[in-house]
Amino acid sequence: MEENKKTTEIKPTVLFVNKEREPLFSKKNRKLLSDPMDDNNPITVQVLGICSALAITVQLKPAIVMSISVMAVMAASNVIISLLRDLIPNRIRIIVQLVVVASMVILVDQVLRAYAYDVSKELSIFIGLIITNCIVMGRLEAFALGNGVWKSFLDGIGNAAGYGFILILVAFFRELLGSGKLFGFQVIPDAIYSLGYVNNGLMLLSPMALITVGIIIWIQRSRNRTLIEKN
Amino acid sequence: MEAYLNLFVKSIFIENMIFAYFLGMCSYLAVSKTVKTAVGLGLAVIFVLAITVPINFLLDTYLLRPGALSWMGADYASLDLSFLSFIMFIAVIASMVQLVEMVVEKFAPALYGALGIFLPLIAVNCAILGGSLFMQQKDFSGVAESAVYGFGSGIGWLLAILAIAAIREKISYSNVPAPLRGLGITFIITGLMALGFMSFMGIKL
Repeated sequence: MEENKKTTEIKPTVLFVNKEREPLFSKKNRKLLSDPMDDNNPITVQVLGICSALAITVQLKPAIVMSISVMAVMAASNVIISLLRDLIPNRIRIIVQLVVVASMVILVDQVLRAYAYDVSKELSIFIGLIITNCIVMGRLEAFALGNGVWKSFLDGIGNAAGYGFILILVAFFRELLGSGKLFGFQVIPDAIYSLGYVNNGLMLLSPMALITVGIIIWIQRSRNRTLIEKN
Repeated sequence: MEAYLNLFVKSIFIENMIFAYFLGMCSYLAVSKTVKTAVGLGLAVIFVLAITVPINFLLDTYLLRPGALSWMGADYASLDLSFLSFIMFIAVIASMVQLVEMVVEKFAPALYGALGIFLPLIAVNCAILGGSLFMQQKDFSGVAESAVYGFGSGIGWLLAILAIAAIREKISYSNVPAPLRGLGITFIITGLMALGFMSFMGIKL
């Protein structure tokens, strides 16, 4: 009896550990947002989420819609998984994560179908493929399962922004060089066409997406030598 | 028979998962350092694709499609559950991967040893879910057709990862500019290979 009483008395002290409140945008939290833009970019460094990055970058508009969708899904599922992280049994965590992500993706898909039907048609199966987009699963596994809610939220936003940044960069060059347009509006003046300039149709084909990303990686690693691989 | 062969060749070469749609790129880039592991993962992908695509086809036809529930009676004929397809497909894939893993472990330990670590990875391989989602768009007429499509896409994936793994093994002996080493050059080589695969476009059997 007495022992029992003791343990119940000790418990509350554990709950109220003197925890120093961290400011919402402390240096560490800001780093969570800024790191994925360059040093720890999900596409060019962590090699996550390549599949969709390449297929939908022919034009800027779908690329931007895709990055916003990924950002919504990542932030929401990171927060949910981080809230549930102490309740999920380790063995079935993949299935739990998949279900959470899939429900988020269904929400995004239905919203897009209702408000942006054209773009949703253009993205076709790639919205569905956000579920298995390694970037979402990868960050859930690597970050949300072991960190608090606010940090996970920032991590989701930061990584989605890094992903979107590369997506928009690739789409910008492909649309500009491939069809001379940005957001569907012609930006290269007719005078240049009459001088003999021709759109590079190759940029619109899928292989050039890979080569463009390869060149972006090349430029990034020439600037930032710490990222160079050994062989 | 001819239609099946046509679909088979089409799914391997013309609509190659990697070179035409970039599906499964993550594991394609991560596991293509040596030929041996690449073959292991490729075989596992064929296996899972050939099983999950027909199962998801049945689910789609008898459960999810608009009007698919009409076998339950006239009241259900107007239901459209297709918004559930993402979650159903991924659940089927995740449980199938688990099941396949257990069956292979029990009945073919040698194969399990070879595939072991790759099988759980496959649940999150975009090529698998992509196969099912493309199947949904293609309106196949029967289970056999969808099975042929799944099998063919798997073989196409194996072909692609085998080719890049062989090239990467060789390229480690060449003098690549330092910032391009590893990931960068792999992207560019894949791009060139995809250009090559585009020459299959328009082939009809």
